[in-house]
Amino acid sequence: MDIKAYIALSLVLFTIGIVGVLVRRNAIIIFLCVELMLNAVNLLLVAFSKMHALSPAAKASANFAGDAQIFVFFIMVVAAAEVSVGLAIIVMMFRNVHTVDINFLNRLKN
Amino acid sequence: MNISTIVFLLLSLMAVGSALMMIISKNPVHSVLWLILVFFAISGHYILLNAQFLAVVNIIVYAGAIMVLFLFVVMLMNLNADTEPIKNYRMQLVGICTGGTLLLLLVLITNRMDVEQLVETNAGNAGLIKNLGMVLFKQYVLPFEISSVLFLSAMIGAVVIGRKEEPIDQNPNS
Amino acid sequence: MSNTFNLVWLIPALPLLGFLVNGLGRKSLGKSASGFIGSAVVLGSFIFSIMTFMEVRQGHTGVVHFFDFLNVSGLKVAFSFQIDQLSSLFLLIITGVGFLIHVYSTAYMHDEEGKDFAKYFAYLNLFVFSMLLLVMGGNYLILFVGWEGVGLCSYLLIGYWYENNNYTDAAKKAFVMNRIGDLGFLLALFWLIGKTGSMEYGQVLQTATLSKLTAFDITGITLLMFVGATGKSAQIPLFTWLPDAMAGPTPVSALIHAATMVTAGIYLIARSNILFSSAIITQQVITIVGLATAFLAASIALKQNDIKKVLAYSTVSQLGFMFLALGTGNYVAAVFHVMTHAFFKALMFLGSGSVIHAMSGEQDIRNMGGLHKHMKITSITFLIGCLAISGIPGFSGFFSKDEILAGAFGYNTIVYAVALFTALMTAFYMFRLYIVTFTGKFRGTHDQEHHLHESPKAMTIPLIILAILSIIGGYIGIPEVLGGHHQLAAYLSPVIPQIHHHLSHETELILMGLSTLLVVCSITFAWIRFRNFKINHNHNSLASFLENKWYIDELYQFAVVKPIQKASSLFQLFLENRIIDGSVNGVGKLVNYGSRQLRLLQSGQVGAYVLLMVIGMLILFVIQFFVS
Repeated sequence: MDIKAYIALSLVLFTIGIVGVLVRRNAIIIFLCVELMLNAVNLLLVAFSKMHALSPAAKASANFAGDAQIFVFFIMVVAAAEVSVGLAIIVMMFRNVHTVDINFLNRLKN
Repeated sequence: MNISTIVFLLLSLMAVGSALMMIISKNPVHSVLWLILVFFAISGHYILLNAQFLAVVNIIVYAGAIMVLFLFVVMLMNLNADTEPIKNYRMQLVGICTGGTLLLLLVLITNRMDVEQLVETNAGNAGLIKNLGMVLFKQYVLPFEISSVLFLSAMIGAVVIGRKEEPIDQNPNS
Repeated sequence: MSNTFNLVWLIPALPLLGFLVNGLGRKSLGKSASGFIGSAVVLGSFIFSIMTFMEVRQGHTGVVHFFDFLNVSGLKVAFSFQIDQLSSLFLLIITGVGFLIHVYSTAYMHDEEGKDFAKYFAYLNLFVFSMLLLVMGGNYLILFVGWEGVGLCSYLLIGYWYENNNYTDAAKKAFVMNRIGDLGFLLALFWLIGKTGSMEYGQVLQTATLSKLTAFDITGITLLMFVGATGKSAQIPLFTWLPDAMAGPTPVSALIHAATMVTAGIYLIARSNILFSSAIITQQVITIVGLATAFLAASIALKQNDIKKVLAYSTVSQLGFMFLALGTGNYVAAVFHVMTHAFFKALMFLGSGSVIHAMSGEQDIRNMGGLHKHMKITSITFLIGCLAISGIPGFSGFFSKDEILAGAFGYNTIVYAVALFTALMTAFYMFRLYIVTFTGKFRGTHDQEHHLHESPKAMTIPLIILAILSIIGGYIGIPEVLGGHHQLAAYLSPVIPQIHHHLSHETELILMGLSTLLVVCSITFAWIRFRNFKINHNHNSLASFLENKWYIDELYQFAVVKPIQKASSLFQLFLENRIIDGSVNGVGKLVNYGSRQLRLLQSGQVGAYVLLMVIGMLILFVIQFFVS
């Protein structure tokens, strides 16, 4: 497999995530799209790790290519923490404004 | 065209299609479900790359826990297709165009690389849980421990934010 | 260079010091102190001028350099003084006559308040300083600095009694007309710098430099210089300010508008005689303008009734004579007439001041008469002045005026005829003035009659001195035909090349005799006509035409002033209000509009902010990967 295929796939998923953030008004859907972006990045990282696994330096040490996958692991950790806090905030917002429409978050106006 | 390529293409199609459906569908519950499908596709990619540990962890953590949490919140707020706010048509167009431009740009940028690297599929030691564990607990043990602190702070933060406010004391003399 | 040249900076510095002391200390100095300081500094300048004159007489001339005034690429102008025959002669005239007028002023202006008195002397000293800079300057720029300075002081002094709007209007008129002339002068200077790259007399006034200039250049530069001279020396068309300038105190009229400032134009042309001798067209123009002015002013003076206005028009007329001399190439005669005119005209102005003082401010000669009995010194000195200006042999005016007429005859017979007729008119109106004012019966009120008295010594002694000078001042210019050596021409020859008359001695003698005879006839005619003067009220049309100054002021008002006022009100409406104000206000409105539009950017919508973030990221990618 060519690395370029994985790069392309990851980019497509990433931009779909961005488009989702720009197009939707529901805060939760926007959050979902953020998760999609994170996953696109994870995929790319794993692909890179396998790419390095094929390079000559990998023959030297056994665990040369594992760093990227550890990184993915930690991204998942952070994503989990972030989701819990983020959803708590959204619930707070819902309690106050009774909607999750982001157009109502205009306290920064002027 | 060997079987890896075919599987790769199928999985990619599934991923992209589900992602598109996710951002298109009006019902938030549907969106969450479509995203779960995307995760499955991505886990499929991981398996193709022989990143076994990550494939499984992806399903368990992401699809299993995080998406369930999302579903809880969506159900809590009783969101459905009728109450879903829709953005202004023009702004949607702008968003799509911007995203399209970004995609085009990034593809152009990455295409300039003269790399003809190949990716190891179906085989390889890198993704095996034994090897990953060695790397994790030897070189990255400090971040591992600190991530526990991160979780702790996240938990406390979530609880504090989600608390109901206490009623203000009405009688000043007591 | 001798020691005197090292002290030559004192000549203008002393009046400047007087200006500063009197100007700054005007509230604390007493009248006698400020009068003393004002006069003493001019006396000091006079003494140094005499010393300088002695030096120059022995042949020591030179340029005293002080510092570099302007030093930019391509143009170097020094602050230097040119001490030669011409400037030393003018120095004597300015400081000598100036000193006498300062002394006169201490008595004439004694009714003023202390601080106004000191202000007067401060301005007068500043004027002397500027005039000295003008004649001593070593290049055209210093001359111009002095030129502007005297214009300024003229304005300040004409409008000295500033509470009167008519006086300040007259001051403004003088200043504006001067300015129009100055524009011409400045253009001439720019042209000169452009073609020769220098303004120093030593470099420009050489025949070598002249060869660099085309005929067009020379004609243009000299014509423009003449325009400047027209403004300063009150020739057609810029002469109407001088009669109005009589609004100032009489000593001011004597000093500025008779003896010194108005001669600045003549000094300029005499100094640049090399340039003017090569510009035939300009010389013709100068001749015609000078002659026309002389004739015009003399005709107006025939019918004026204000004693100072008669003298003012007489000054314009005499200046016309001087320009006539310059136009015919007779530079020495012009300078000679400057000197003699300074003496007798200042004398007559001071005399008129004495009369006005005695008449408690009355200036209309129809209300005077028979003043000879009450003010003998004034009357006799005034008579001497009249005889001098008429050109009676034996007085200074005879020599200078006859030289001008001789030069005119050699130039063109018609010009001579008109000039001779003007000289006859001069004698006629001057003696009209004298006879009506000093002889006959007194026609004023009883109160004025009681108040009539001779003026104090501080006023009469300068009159006497000037009268003596009006008699003997001509003897330095006795022409060869009468046996003299014309010492003045010989003295000035290094600066002004001597021209040799084409006329034979017989012709000159005939001309002199003819003019003397006709002048005596003119005076007799005036005596007969005005002996028993009674105010008559029949005005035929010629008389009222002359009395109304040929309606020239009205013509200017119609042809120049009104169109300019209309144009400026038009500009006010269109350019000022619509375009300039509009664009300035428009900028303000644009900023307002723009900020209002920009404010919409801060909608507070999170979605918009995210969009902008993505767009920014896009731009950064583009710049990073595609641009650099």
